[in-house]
Amino acid sequence: MTRVKVNPSNRDKEISRIIEISGENIYSCMQCSKCSASCPANSEMDILPHQVVRILQLGNYERIVNSQTIWNCASCFTCGARCPRDIDITKIMEAIRLTVIRNKGESRIDVDELPEKIDDKMPHQAIVSVFRKYRK
Amino acid sequence: MKYSYFPGCTLKTKAQELEKYALRSAEVLGFELEEQIEWQCCGAVYPLATDEIATKLSSVRTLASAKENGNKLVTLCSACHHVIKRVNEDMKTDKSTRDKVNNYLNISEDYKGEVEVLHYLEVLRDEIGFDELAKLVKNPLTGRKIGAYYGCLLLRPDKVMGFDDPENPSTIEEFIKALGATPVKYPYRTECCGGYLSLDNKDKAANMASSILLSASKHEANEIVTACPLCKYNLEINELKSKVTVTYFTELLAEALGVK
Repeated sequence: MTRVKVNPSNRDKEISRIIEISGENIYSCMQCSKCSASCPANSEMDILPHQVVRILQLGNYERIVNSQTIWNCASCFTCGARCPRDIDITKIMEAIRLTVIRNKGESRIDVDELPEKIDDKMPHQAIVSVFRKYRK
Repeated sequence: MKYSYFPGCTLKTKAQELEKYALRSAEVLGFELEEQIEWQCCGAVYPLATDEIATKLSSVRTLASAKENGNKLVTLCSACHHVIKRVNEDMKTDKSTRDKVNNYLNISEDYKGEVEVLHYLEVLRDEIGFDELAKLVKNPLTGRKIGAYYGCLLLRPDKVMGFDDPENPSTIEEFIKALGATPVKYPYRTECCGGYLSLDNKDKAANMASSILLSASKHEANEIVTACPLCKYNLEINELKSKVTVTYFTELLAEALGVK
């Protein structure tokens, strides 16, 4: 087994930006995986929440932004509520989403396709949420 | 007692029952909910990024207006409650957000998180009291087995929301008991219903909601109550499969108070 050294001082600027936007200390994560075990959307995630934090620690930005995980997080706050190191992983997921959708042309929801997805009973709350989570 | 009241957009459209029965019940219970003038949509989800200001402004306007009227602020929708309560906490504890927001809004007096934000259930529990509520019940819901569905937004993060024990809450069960019904505790009552995933990932949201309904029906609940329009929507899509009906807690309240 190889020991991997995490060196926050030479991380690239995208990772620094994610940490700054989230306001969370990813380096206090001890990889206990409680977040991943608790996540009700984990079956839709190609990288589990604790792995997201590990990949950020190791600085692999491309792997993170190209994952399905960030778009399947429902922001239910269960991960953060159960984290023994008090890391709010929901904020980290949000920060990663924002580093993508804040770029021009990177919106994750096509407004023209919306009418097909909305039925008569769907509350406005759902539509407003999607605009906040998938589009800037 | 008079409170400032923030309804939110969904209560004026798809979730009118949540509001209608809350207002009728308030009359019987002796408190007044004064709807705010020119309230704006809260944005439905709390802006989690540390560098976002614009998405917090509508909540601050709401809070500052309640402060101006000298009232506590009452909410009904879990999502509005979550957003406004968390923005209030930011205004109270985060100097950088507070300074930027106040500089931008340019309101007569800086807002610093002074207003107390209460969910309607907290008014019932802490201001009226469930014992008092029980005394005002006209049609006790005797024999009905009802499960509480809390979902995410009322409970987490506990440090800010301070609503109840996030892993083992009891507020809604006590509410059900006060109305004369039998509360049913089931494991999935604090699990996520899928939330906004139901717009773009319907299958996933359906899975999540089904687990909740199945858990409730396994524990012999015939109905469940919620305070969130999106939870109700996600659960209702699947309710036929489980034979568990889903209603707003205010419908139950109005029924027991004889004003439904």
